[in-house]
Amino acid sequence: MPFRNNEDSKLDVGESCRHCCIKIEGLTVRMGKNIILEGLDLHVHCGDVLAIIGPNGAGKTTLLRAILGEVPYQGRMVSLIGGVERRRPRIGYVPQKLQFDEDSPISVLDLVVAAISHRPVWMGISRKLCLKAEEVLRVFSADHLIHRRVGELSGGEIQRVLLAIAMTDHPELLLLDEPSAGVDVKGLALFYQLVRDLKKQHDISVILVTHDLSGISPYVDRLVLLNRSIVVTGTPDEVLSDEKLLHAFGPSLWNVTSMPFLPSKKEGA
Amino acid sequence: MIEVWYNTLDLIVPFEWGHYLFMKNALLAILVITPVFALLGTMVVSNRMAFFTDVLGHSALAGIAIGIVCGIQDPTWPMIIMAIVLALLVNIFKGWTQASMDTVLGVFLAFMVALGITILSREGGFVKYTVYLIGDILAVTPMQIAWLSGISVLVLVYWYVAGNALILTSVNSSLARSRRIKTLLIEMSFTIFLAVVVMLSIRLVGILIINSLLVLPAAASRNFARSTRSYTLWAIIFSMVSGVTGLITSYYWGTASGATIVLFSVGCYMLSALLGRVTSKAMRT
Repeated sequence: MPFRNNEDSKLDVGESCRHCCIKIEGLTVRMGKNIILEGLDLHVHCGDVLAIIGPNGAGKTTLLRAILGEVPYQGRMVSLIGGVERRRPRIGYVPQKLQFDEDSPISVLDLVVAAISHRPVWMGISRKLCLKAEEVLRVFSADHLIHRRVGELSGGEIQRVLLAIAMTDHPELLLLDEPSAGVDVKGLALFYQLVRDLKKQHDISVILVTHDLSGISPYVDRLVLLNRSIVVTGTPDEVLSDEKLLHAFGPSLWNVTSMPFLPSKKEGA
Repeated sequence: MIEVWYNTLDLIVPFEWGHYLFMKNALLAILVITPVFALLGTMVVSNRMAFFTDVLGHSALAGIAIGIVCGIQDPTWPMIIMAIVLALLVNIFKGWTQASMDTVLGVFLAFMVALGITILSREGGFVKYTVYLIGDILAVTPMQIAWLSGISVLVLVYWYVAGNALILTSVNSSLARSRRIKTLLIEMSFTIFLAVVVMLSIRLVGILIINSLLVLPAAASRNFARSTRSYTLWAIIFSMVSGVTGLITSYYWGTASGATIVLFSVGCYMLSALLGRVTSKAMRT
């Protein structure tokens, strides 16, 4: 972790440490004749949480997959570390959900050790690795889950485990895919809190993709409204008061009661 | 080297079956392949590939047939190549069509079996190939055992090196890729190992039941295993125990060994399902 500066953790929200950032320039994704994403410019400073919102089919998932390198794209993606350009940032990825069924006999310990070690999990896990895994999980208040089966965990618990695993790789960019899916309100608040603490401590950039706006604005530095290309970008307050948001999400947005900024807007409308 | 095995059996097995050469060979073959089947099976079940491996086994018919058309006497290589081609085709086809995976596999199953039977049944000659359907482990030769041992060692090494990557890929392939795991390579290499192991053993176990040997031990273990280690360990135990008891029982009953082994596997599955229910109930209360 070359640019970890704990003393500097009181940086104002939104201010960059100018040491590292992720730059995406002119990102375009085509599938067949369809243009899924067109000319995206994104600049994520380290220590910033960028939320990408947009209606279904806006290309949010495609954007994530492009950043992960799973779909071909045109344009440039670089990470600047201390002013030095690198081709691909190191990415910590927290998927929306796992692919396997609930009765899969894989424990949280198995999953963590499989990710952090080359020693095959099926041959048994040494005491040392077990302690290491516990340490990794403790940061995200998930160490008590270590001997549970992954299939038994709640949505919020799985997410904290996956976040813990993602952070073991010392990522420069953290990608969160729909963190609100299947997580209750309390769990989600805890999760966003952890993410906010993380970016302060580790100066990493965070991109999260969501269609659920409820309760995220206190934790997010910048919001991007995406619909094939960037429609609006700015601080949460700026974006959420923009009329284009209403067009993108439709009236259903106004039903979300847990948005503190909404009442005033509602009166105005 | 095989003499050592023969002599050891003579010393430690006081029963009648232990004196026949074919039983000695068959037992050794069982001890070599059952742990490997269990290992591969754990991943087959976790990745929900049970139908795929069934189709893979049945593609042996097409492999044998194409071998004969090409004038190749020993069908082992045509079968292996056919299985690998099948695996590749299924993957390509999956990307092309909107149809669900089991429909695609159903089509391939029909094609493989029909192609095989059509060619092999020319002039009423299918009867001589029925041995491939039910298998004959008692006819196993030391040479075949040597091949099986070789591939078993390779699978073990592969499982040691790629075990964790296989787990992560099966849990979430994007997550695995974000950790610089070459998921395509992992998936392909796993499928190729499956194809080779299945095809090398098909002469012994038979096309009709080879999939049970792959799936049942892992399925039984899953009924109560709570970690990857116990999952793997119990799959190996179930596989070896039903393999050995099935073989010996088939000697006394005078039945086909492969099918008898599968019956014991099913027994293991039922027992473990019962055990799993009882323990999970006990844990809830």
